[in-house]
Amino acid sequence: MSELRVDIRAKRHAGVAVDTLGELRFAAQSGDFIAIVGPSGAGKTTLLKIIAGLDPAFDGSVSAGRGSRVGFVFQEPRLLPWLNVADNLRLVQPDLSDAAIDDGLARVGLAGTARQFPLRLSGGMQRRVALLRAFLIQPELLLLDEPFISLDAPTADSLYDVLAALRADVMPTTLLVTHDLREALALADRVLFVSRSPARLILDHTVPLSGRRRRDDAAVSEAHHQLMSQHPELLGGLAAAGSNPEAVR
Amino acid sequence: MPQARAGLPAGVIRSGSLLVLLLIWQLVALRVHDPLLPAPTAVLASLFHHLTAGELLHHLGMTLLRVLAAFVIAMTVGVAVGIWMGRSRLANQLLDSLLVLMLNLPALVAAILCFIWIGLNETAAVIAVALNKIPTVITNIREGARALDPQLLQVGEVYRVPRLTVLRRIVLPQLYPYIMASARSGLALIWKIVLVIELLGRSDGIGFQLGTYFQFFDLTSILAYTAAFAAVVFVIEALLLRPLDRRLNGWRS
Repeated sequence: MSELRVDIRAKRHAGVAVDTLGELRFAAQSGDFIAIVGPSGAGKTTLLKIIAGLDPAFDGSVSAGRGSRVGFVFQEPRLLPWLNVADNLRLVQPDLSDAAIDDGLARVGLAGTARQFPLRLSGGMQRRVALLRAFLIQPELLLLDEPFISLDAPTADSLYDVLAALRADVMPTTLLVTHDLREALALADRVLFVSRSPARLILDHTVPLSGRRRRDDAAVSEAHHQLMSQHPELLGGLAAAGSNPEAVR
Repeated sequence: MPQARAGLPAGVIRSGSLLVLLLIWQLVALRVHDPLLPAPTAVLASLFHHLTAGELLHHLGMTLLRVLAAFVIAMTVGVAVGIWMGRSRLANQLLDSLLVLMLNLPALVAAILCFIWIGLNETAAVIAVALNKIPTVITNIREGARALDPQLLQVGEVYRVPRLTVLRRIVLPQLYPYIMASARSGLALIWKIVLVIELLGRSDGIGFQLGTYFQFFDLTSILAYTAAFAAVVFVIEALLLRPLDRRLNGWRS
């Protein structure tokens, strides 16, 4: 897959009177890291499901998903509690050797946990396993659905490092859904802003930063500030998510 | 797991109520002194006699085989249909009335129909017993299948996990509590129905023997046979079901 092309005209869930997604059209080059930022409830998860090929009932077309290898990381780690870490990884990649599993776990800082059950690991550790699981299938496309939400800053930072290290090998085209603009600026090369539901694309912003950076770096704060002063209407939409539906229209 | 009280091992607590019952029974029997209420010691002696000199082991074995066959059939069919009805609206609509009918079909009617239509043979006996248990297994498993976690099923979908692996790794582990509950209540129900069916249409097995001893009013032998299979039930519970339970729930601790 050289390119991801998304062309959605509308998406409406069965039995609902209004559209969840409006017009959403964008393309990504292989290896791009794109963040999709918008208020909670904007339909961002629905968008990821459509791109993953899990939801074929929409108006438009997506040039990925079916047929290509897609790694998906959810908001919650979603490990199977009755399988140990090794068996959780083998669920998606059955022919993994013990050595490959130990090697992968060591790379995400979890050496020696192959025989542990997920409930014995901390939330941050479970998320590392979930990230590793997504990379073990050698994904061409990686979809991240707010996987770093509700984590304390050091844990989130360490997970950013894990993500960067894993991405360096496989270089999947990556879409990160988040409502945290600082996180988007810290991780992605490009940020797509979407409106409240029905989600439409309202700004395609190229991040003027390069190299590894953290959420609280001065450069990230500067980029955040600049973006907000250039597009004050976005600030309104993000800050008032849930309370002021008119702000982004 | 509830903790045992200080000083008393769990085994003593588990068997305490039984020991009290036996003690009361022994005292009453000694006082009444009537052949229609044999004392536990007399039953024990009779049990020993039937074990060594009589045919108890043969009849117990036959009954156990029928229980096992009916249990395996009922659990397999019940779990399969239960998952299907729990996951498919169409299947549920198609089979629901039939399920209600089967749930309320008296064991005696199923037995008579099977013996008449299939013949007075082993197949008819086992099918009659299984027919009684299948609907209750379906009802239990259907509840479990409806409560499957959609988030975990989605993991299987996203990563294109093969159907059989989804069943083995994602679906069945969520159904184990329901399957174990069905197995426990199922074993109890099947024992009881097998005896009735042996009484009706077989010439061996514990049910057949109980019928014979009933004709002679030989209460001591009836109680000895009862004690024999009660003991087997306890052994199955202790050596099979409880260890299985612990194994399947190991990840929780």
